[in-house]
Amino acid sequence: MKRSTTVYLYELAWILPSIAIPAGMLAALAVTMFGAGIHLPSSEGRVDPTRVAQTAPFDAPGIRRTAPGRYEVAMTSQIWSFAPNEVRVPAGSSVTFVATSKDVVHGLLIPKANVNVMLLPGQIARVTARFDRPGEYPFFCHEYCGVAHHTMWGKVIVEANP
Amino acid sequence: MRTVDRQTAAYLGVALVALFGGVVTGVAQALEHAGINVYPALAPVVRSYYHGLSLHGVLNVLVWTTFFICGFLPFVTARALGTPPASPGLGWLAFWLMTGGLLLAAIPLVGNAATVMFTFYPPLKAHWAFYVGLTLVVVGTWLVTLILARTCSAWRRAHPGARTPLPAFMALATMTMWTIASLGLAAEMLVMLIPWSLGWVAGTDALLARVLFWFTGHPIVYFWLLPAYLSWYTLVPRRAGGRLFSDPMARAAFLLFLVLSTPLGFHHQYADPGIHQGWKLVHGFLTFAVFFPSLLTFFNVVASLEIGARARGGTGWVAWFGRLPWGDPVLAAQVLAMILFAFGGIGGLINASLSMNLVVHNTAWIPGHLHLTVGTAATLTYMGITYWLVPVLCGRALWSRRLALGQVWLWFGGMVIFSNALHRLGLMGMPRRTMIGASAYVQPEWTAALPLVGLGGSILFLSSLLYFLNLVLTLTLSRAPALERVEFAEAVSPAEAAPALFERWRPWIVLAGVLIALAYGPVLVRLAVTTPFDAPGFRVW
Repeated sequence: MKRSTTVYLYELAWILPSIAIPAGMLAALAVTMFGAGIHLPSSEGRVDPTRVAQTAPFDAPGIRRTAPGRYEVAMTSQIWSFAPNEVRVPAGSSVTFVATSKDVVHGLLIPKANVNVMLLPGQIARVTARFDRPGEYPFFCHEYCGVAHHTMWGKVIVEANP
Repeated sequence: MRTVDRQTAAYLGVALVALFGGVVTGVAQALEHAGINVYPALAPVVRSYYHGLSLHGVLNVLVWTTFFICGFLPFVTARALGTPPASPGLGWLAFWLMTGGLLLAAIPLVGNAATVMFTFYPPLKAHWAFYVGLTLVVVGTWLVTLILARTCSAWRRAHPGARTPLPAFMALATMTMWTIASLGLAAEMLVMLIPWSLGWVAGTDALLARVLFWFTGHPIVYFWLLPAYLSWYTLVPRRAGGRLFSDPMARAAFLLFLVLSTPLGFHHQYADPGIHQGWKLVHGFLTFAVFFPSLLTFFNVVASLEIGARARGGTGWVAWFGRLPWGDPVLAAQVLAMILFAFGGIGGLINASLSMNLVVHNTAWIPGHLHLTVGTAATLTYMGITYWLVPVLCGRALWSRRLALGQVWLWFGGMVIFSNALHRLGLMGMPRRTMIGASAYVQPEWTAALPLVGLGGSILFLSSLLYFLNLVLTLTLSRAPALERVEFAEAVSPAEAAPALFERWRPWIVLAGVLIALAYGPVLVRLAVTTPFDAPGFRVW
């Protein structure tokens, strides 16, 4: 009898922290995420994947200034390239990428700017990143998209302010 | 028992052939990352890096695991209950359905007509035989569930009031969880991919396919892990010279896996557009909830090992660990698998953390993680199991224990190097599933870690060759009779201490269904109603 009581206490002594540990991690995650204003890709609407080239803003891929220090890049992905595959912005810019795929699933990964989003045919993806330091920020397709997947990349060139 | 042994041997045969194909294609990828391109030499069989990668993924994570599990679980159920499984005929039907399906899927896969990875995201469009074949494999696993359910239910009718022995309970919980979870994949295949690949419908949809795939795609990792847990809970403590610490806590963990494994697949889709952020948050919370039964397992298994080690003279807070019977390759394999799985679990929590996921999603970090979980926690445990299971099945002793021990440590060491390098490359932004050596964008900071991928992968390959060598020599040259017996651990805290509710299945299955309906229902209904299925297919390899 005594033995089983001991076992029961050991079990309890582990079960309670086992609930507290994930709960604590979740709380920390929620606080840091909302505190830092981190947003995940969310619902931004659909686009007919067979008519991307005829649909705004993807009919004119490229960069446009929406406000001082703010830019929007309309981007299409297709085997095996991004359009545009080179984007130039001044340091300190906030850039919103509005992107989709014309064919299979692609991805947009800009490691140095924490941009990580899937580009699905039929879905519009929208992510915003800040580019503070001058330099080159390479971006890669990070989903297998066919036999030349590894040739699909581009870069954001952040120019020093004069 | 003869029939179930023959069926287990048949499943194991297919599983091992698949594992062999998987490691041969795998080492080519690792070498490619290190700058050694062997694909021109493989060209007659493996047409491209991505053809090899599809073979590697399908053979290792889908075939090796599934066939091993469907052989192993009925075997332990029969031994634990002391009665052969119900309906041997159905058992053979399941095996041939799965093997037939596998062969059907293998034709386009080997022929480079299904170079779509093991995730086969449309609009990449494989040959229809690939989808139909894999679907038949899944249907075969459902028959295995049915057999285990009928076996356990017959045993309980014959033993009223008794608790189902723990190994049989765990086997049935695993297959029940898998059967619920596999409904997403079955729906993706039957409603979307098969009619589309046959040309009956013109278009498909990338997002809905991914939602259905990951409905199954996360719980499938528990399908791989739970049979390893079964071994850690019910077989390893005995080999360590001790007892299982707590039977009721083990049952609680498996029931929680049954309930919680499925409604959390969106944590693979944090980076997907088209799913509202709020739903991703819900699935993130549920992913942390399933960490709870993993922590219960961690405690229970380590406590059981400690009982064994202390019985062998171990002392101290940590020093007892050295007193485990490390000379036994069966035990060494599984304890080393547990050690690396601890890091896999921590990495998994990072993946599940919505903000940190944006750093690692689809980078080399992910295969680094996957090789700790399915590539070690599951695979190294399965290897350890075969070191006793093959001798039991063929009646001959393992050809060499020392070779087996060396193999196990090589896997551990190789994986530490390989997985660590991939994790670091992922943090430095290297994409996964990419022929890095042929890309034009290798970053200077990657170059130090890339050779380690090749080194670790080569050590793993060597380890797997020693593994196959030992098994082949056991089957051909070994003359000593097998001394292995299948013995399950007794529990310090026995099954009778568990609530009676743990013996009932329906409430838990209903609870799982309710959680799935809450977590997936609204999104699935919206997608089913609004998706136009307007994406044409592509064959771009």
